[in-house]
Amino acid sequence: MKLHSTYMGLKLNSPILVSACTLSEQTDNIVKMEDNGAGAVVLFSLFEEQIRKEEARFKGVMSETTYAFPEALDYFPDLDDFNVGTDEYLENIRKAKERVNIPIIGSLNGITTEGWIDYSKLMEQAGADGIEVNIFFIPGDIAMSSSEVEHRYLNIIETIKQSVKIPVAVKLNPYFSAMGNMSLRMKNAGADALVLFNRFYQPDFDINELVIKTDLHYSEPNEIRLPLLWIALLYGKVKLSLAATTGVQSAIEVIKYILAGADVVMTASSLYKNGIPYLKTMNKELQDWMYMMGFESIDSFKGSMSQQHISDPTAYERANYIKILEGVK
Amino acid sequence: MSSNKKIIATIDGNEAAAYVAYRVNEVCAIYPITPSSTMAELADEWASKGIKNIWGTVPDVMEMQSEAGAAGTVHGALQTGSLTTTFTASQGLMLMLPNMYKIAGELTPAVFHVAARSLAAQGLSIFGDHQDVMAARTTGFAMLGSASVQEAHDFALIAQVATLKSRIPIVHFFDGFRTSHEVNKLEMLSDEQIKSMIPDELVIAHRNRGLNPEHPFIRGTAQNPDVYFQGRETVNKFYNAMPSIVEEVMNDFAKMTGRKYELFEYSGAPDAEAITIIMGSGSETVEETVKALNKSGRKTGVIVVRLYRPFSLDHLLKVLPASVKSIAVLDRTKESGAAGEPMYQDVLATLVEALQQGKLKKLPNIVGGRYGLSSKEFTPAMVKGVYDELEKKHPKNGFTVGINDDVTFTSLEYDPAYKLDETEWRQGLFFGLGADGTVGANKNTIKIIGENTDLYAQGYFVYDSKKSGARTVSHLRFGPNPIRAPYLISKADFIACHQFNFTEKVEMLEFASDGATFLLNSPYSKDEVWDKLTGQVQKSIIDKKLKLYVIDATTVARDTGMSGRINTIMQTCYFALSGVLPREDAIKQIKKAIEKTYFKKGQKVIDQNFKAVDATLANLYEVDYPKKVSAADNDLQTVSDKAPDFVKEVTAVMMAGHGDDLPVSKMTVDGTYPSGTTQWEKRNVSDLVPIWEPNICIQCGNCAYVCPHSVIRAKFYHKDHLKKAPADFKSAPINARGFPETQYSLQVYLEDCTGCNLCVEVCPATDPANRSLKAINMAEKEPVLKAEQKNIEFFENIPWNDRSKIDFSTVHGAQFLEPLFEFSGACAGCGETPYLKLLSQLFGDRLLVANATGCSSIYGGNLPTTPWAVNKEGRGPAWSNSLFEDNAEFGLGMRITADKQVGVAKQYLLELKDVLGESFVNEIINAKQIHESELAEQQKRVQLLKEKLKTMTSPAAIHLLSVADQLVRRSVWLVGGDGWAYDIGYGGLDHALASGRNVKILVLDTEVYSNTGGQSSKSTPTAATAKFAAGGKSGGKKDLAMQAISYGNVYVARVAFGANPQQTLLAMREAEAYDGPALILAYSHCIAHGYDLKNGLDQQHNAVASGHWPLLRYNPTLRMKNQNPFVLDSPRPTIGLKEYAYNELRYKVLTITNPEAADTLMKHAQELVNLKWKTYEELATKKASDFVPIA
Repeated sequence: MKLHSTYMGLKLNSPILVSACTLSEQTDNIVKMEDNGAGAVVLFSLFEEQIRKEEARFKGVMSETTYAFPEALDYFPDLDDFNVGTDEYLENIRKAKERVNIPIIGSLNGITTEGWIDYSKLMEQAGADGIEVNIFFIPGDIAMSSSEVEHRYLNIIETIKQSVKIPVAVKLNPYFSAMGNMSLRMKNAGADALVLFNRFYQPDFDINELVIKTDLHYSEPNEIRLPLLWIALLYGKVKLSLAATTGVQSAIEVIKYILAGADVVMTASSLYKNGIPYLKTMNKELQDWMYMMGFESIDSFKGSMSQQHISDPTAYERANYIKILEGVK
Repeated sequence: MSSNKKIIATIDGNEAAAYVAYRVNEVCAIYPITPSSTMAELADEWASKGIKNIWGTVPDVMEMQSEAGAAGTVHGALQTGSLTTTFTASQGLMLMLPNMYKIAGELTPAVFHVAARSLAAQGLSIFGDHQDVMAARTTGFAMLGSASVQEAHDFALIAQVATLKSRIPIVHFFDGFRTSHEVNKLEMLSDEQIKSMIPDELVIAHRNRGLNPEHPFIRGTAQNPDVYFQGRETVNKFYNAMPSIVEEVMNDFAKMTGRKYELFEYSGAPDAEAITIIMGSGSETVEETVKALNKSGRKTGVIVVRLYRPFSLDHLLKVLPASVKSIAVLDRTKESGAAGEPMYQDVLATLVEALQQGKLKKLPNIVGGRYGLSSKEFTPAMVKGVYDELEKKHPKNGFTVGINDDVTFTSLEYDPAYKLDETEWRQGLFFGLGADGTVGANKNTIKIIGENTDLYAQGYFVYDSKKSGARTVSHLRFGPNPIRAPYLISKADFIACHQFNFTEKVEMLEFASDGATFLLNSPYSKDEVWDKLTGQVQKSIIDKKLKLYVIDATTVARDTGMSGRINTIMQTCYFALSGVLPREDAIKQIKKAIEKTYFKKGQKVIDQNFKAVDATLANLYEVDYPKKVSAADNDLQTVSDKAPDFVKEVTAVMMAGHGDDLPVSKMTVDGTYPSGTTQWEKRNVSDLVPIWEPNICIQCGNCAYVCPHSVIRAKFYHKDHLKKAPADFKSAPINARGFPETQYSLQVYLEDCTGCNLCVEVCPATDPANRSLKAINMAEKEPVLKAEQKNIEFFENIPWNDRSKIDFSTVHGAQFLEPLFEFSGACAGCGETPYLKLLSQLFGDRLLVANATGCSSIYGGNLPTTPWAVNKEGRGPAWSNSLFEDNAEFGLGMRITADKQVGVAKQYLLELKDVLGESFVNEIINAKQIHESELAEQQKRVQLLKEKLKTMTSPAAIHLLSVADQLVRRSVWLVGGDGWAYDIGYGGLDHALASGRNVKILVLDTEVYSNTGGQSSKSTPTAATAKFAAGGKSGGKKDLAMQAISYGNVYVARVAFGANPQQTLLAMREAEAYDGPALILAYSHCIAHGYDLKNGLDQQHNAVASGHWPLLRYNPTLRMKNQNPFVLDSPRPTIGLKEYAYNELRYKVLTITNPEAADTLMKHAQELVNLKWKTYEELATKKASDFVPIA
């Protein structure tokens, strides 16, 4: 039984990837991920604003406390030789590459054009096999038109692709007027893969304290439907790799996503809940299901339930919606 | 001369000395002390980077618990054959003295590098003189004095070679701050040069003399009257040989480097009639002045002493011109009661001996004088004053110069206007804030110019003694020849003011020479700025024909992405305007320096800095000012008319920066100063201050509780008080039932606020209609200042609430207690001072404080103004600082006095009971003094007693009157930081606890040596970085609480006011009420932790929530009641240690510099936290009988 898959040109031993999460902050964990059958690991995200904020914070602290008092000319070592945050991240890539054979994909969450370019280059230099560009952007400015938003995405992709040679995946949100067309344009801008979908930070209110709650919950299996829909719709129509993320708690979701057309499926929540060895369980369950269904390889069933492969393509479109509504009645 | 290419550097004296010391030693045992700390820190930093000594090994640098410990370790390492050194100063050297006798007595080669500093006498001083090294002159160590940064570097090597050759250990010293902290251009020794000077056989000989079980011997015997004396005399031949050895080494050194030194160096007229003899940095001033005097026809000279011990008669005679008629020996020390200062006596004895031996034909007139104590300026004008004195028929002996001694009239007159020719120098003065990077930028400027051009450079930096809003003045000189001017700039051709508001507060332009450039960082444009200047400033600009330039550096910095940092902008202006280099060259140099500095950060950062440079030049404008003063003079009155006379006549003069002008008669004779003088110093450090919103406030008292500077105060009062209130005075009905006519006011003392924001952070109340508005919010001070000044005056006249009617047991109640610790110079947001304020509120009117040296003694007792205050009845905390190491013993002594004098008082009371009335006497003797009401009653009784006694004349009554105050129970607190409690003072602290006496110990635990720059203590937690733990501390933090608990009868608490203010309050009250020793470990957030202290309370909360700082109380009283005395006051950890730790740079640094080590140490630290919590939890669930019984 072969679990091999290919993701934006990277040969993988399993279609199950670890998505960007804090577990990958520890190289030991990455080794464990490989040992338990992860196809690749997307490293935790490098947040540009966090780095800038942290750097500014450090600079602020250092300047406030340096040469201010005759008995204590300074308190901290000179960090001018270090790129706060970045160095640490790049070191993580280097260490991971030294210790594992599976591909290591850097995850970048930028805010400025320079940031996207600089950090992508640095990740490439540090040995990353690919970059996942996490465009977390809420167009809160109501003066901004949809075409401006779209242009922003495309510009980022083009900029990064001009800067690096390694493949670039785009992790995006689903809220485009024309998601399908947008996918095509992203491909044309140079994207090698799409990761569907980014989970937005969606605030809640605490009605007793009258404050905004900023907690984040693990994704649940019932959240897979939106990415499942779009993977199934895009499969075969846009010539780039598709990665599914969100709601993956077991091999069941992995299978569903691959049936829809995903080249790879990413999970983090399941590992937080069950531990890194759960990757082995998911791989095993995937293999068992394939054995039961008589599939020899991932490719043999990938996309088999995508829009272009099912007998009733309208199931993914308006007719399906009407049918469901009628069912509810 | 060597053909080696010259290595040029611009560094300070500490680095210059440490550079060599590190390379020629294998072991450095050290302990931080100002101003020598930098040497030890550099050694540690180099070792952590793996930099090798000249033999290819990395020296082992070990921080000890005290200088006494360092000296012991040095001794041990030397005795086993390691080349070993240490770096110290002042009290540190005093603690090393016992070992120094041993090291010298055993003829052990070693060099101690000392940044010479004053000794604590009538007051402590961190600044430079020779008192410490002079106190070490009897140890048998040779003494070699450097006078400049270059010499500090060179003599470090000369000393090392000489000690190995002679076997006599050497104190190599240079002047603290003046040399240790002066940045100057020098020629560095290469490793090859250093190596070539140290023969291997001497190193091996030293090793071979080490203790070795393979061929054992005994050293360090106890000797009897029969042989000890003879034994002491065995060393004479070594000392006799030493001067020639040093001379020989100096000659070898000269051959190698071209820099020639002598044991005694004469310069001046060959036929000089008047000479001075001096050592240390002051000698450069004398040499330069002598040149000038001789040019004007005088016949003067100077002998600079390099090797002070052994003091070589022959070498001194060799350089003494035969023509000399009078000699002034200048000592930078004070030896009260002696026939003269040490070097004066040495010279006198030497020349008398020479006369007796016929080596000298006639004895010149020899006088001695003192100068420069505690870095007091020593200028050419003073030097001339000395030479003028020597021209008199009977020059004054035992004179002082540089001060006005109007009591015993020792001081010499001199003309302060006398100056040397300074035309070849470009001199710049820069006025900045400690926090604005001015000093850093200036150090960088010196480096750029000193290391990239042929110009010589000198930089010296003056800081004030406050830790918040501290001002700095940078003194920069550049010139074509080596700059030998170890004194401050008095006339500058460039003055830079980096903070616009200084124009109203600081007299800067008095230092401007005619036609100088005045650069002003101004929020106002070139067209607006003139009218914003005060009359005095305008007048100076016009009178001196200054060239005035302005730049809005803050805006330029912001617009060019420099994170609002103005230092690079102002530095660029200096390069552009100063004329030190041609403008184009200057800009080229600054850009070159930027490329070098930010090479590793990438082109983007370099470009950003280039952009800032270009934008600076584009925004720098010369002001074409009118030649007429258009503004009124501002009020430069320093203190209010209401201030006491002493404050007006003495304190205010110091505050205004004119303390040098105070004569001896204005000083107190024994170091006693009035309490509570910070109230007169309105520092106005912050432009943003808290503004109270009475309608939102819930009157919880949290803001007043956490305020580090006691600027937020609360009172409740009858509403009738408001009838006379100013219109803007704020109040609200008190939110307690049953008091319909009572009002509540929270008053902010705006001018004393440092803007730390803690009050806003802690405020729990928000406006329901506008959640961003709290009951207290930061706002601009200027619009409300005038009104608030009136409000404060009114508030002060509302009486403080009756202590016996306040519920002390709640944070809410505590706000109504008058703070008797106020407006200190502590850092904005300080985590220590809220504890001291609370201490003063709870027990202030009967409080004795023994304060260990450190942050708390600096913000608690550094002149000009001090924060421990006095209440309306004239009572308040009596505070003193002895030393760093002895504070527990010092405080214990205070307790013993209190107990003893209570006993004496009781004895006299019983003796006088018939006169005073038996029941009255019994009431006094048996008074319970636990609760505030009981204490108030006793205070009344004692007051009555004193009144009665004043009318009596019997000896018993007179004696009783002198001790009667002790009958009100004294609260004796021993206060200090973790450096004291965990390290240097631990032995004494342990003894005080074990004594069973009623002493209360408050440890302001910042987990690091905060005052001296963040060195590791035994309280520093695992995984945190600190100096001497740059790679992250791998060992555990000492659990001082558990050690104290092991005695059974010690009350112990671990508190964190930001996490649980109520528990802190409870612990302090329980500790005080307990009739026995108590220890409170108080978590104190600190700038040394590396984060914005406005988040200090959150971090305290996180420290507790992560289990790093579990709150606990161990109360022996409970054990006596057969209850479990161990109470755990914090819940189980709810967050991981990381979540707390990585908010702080002290932990975060390691994740940047060595992520793997950070990871490993953090895991280890988490395990330790888990284990500690488990242990505590078990203790909290035990039975009383599981704990030590109390006898």
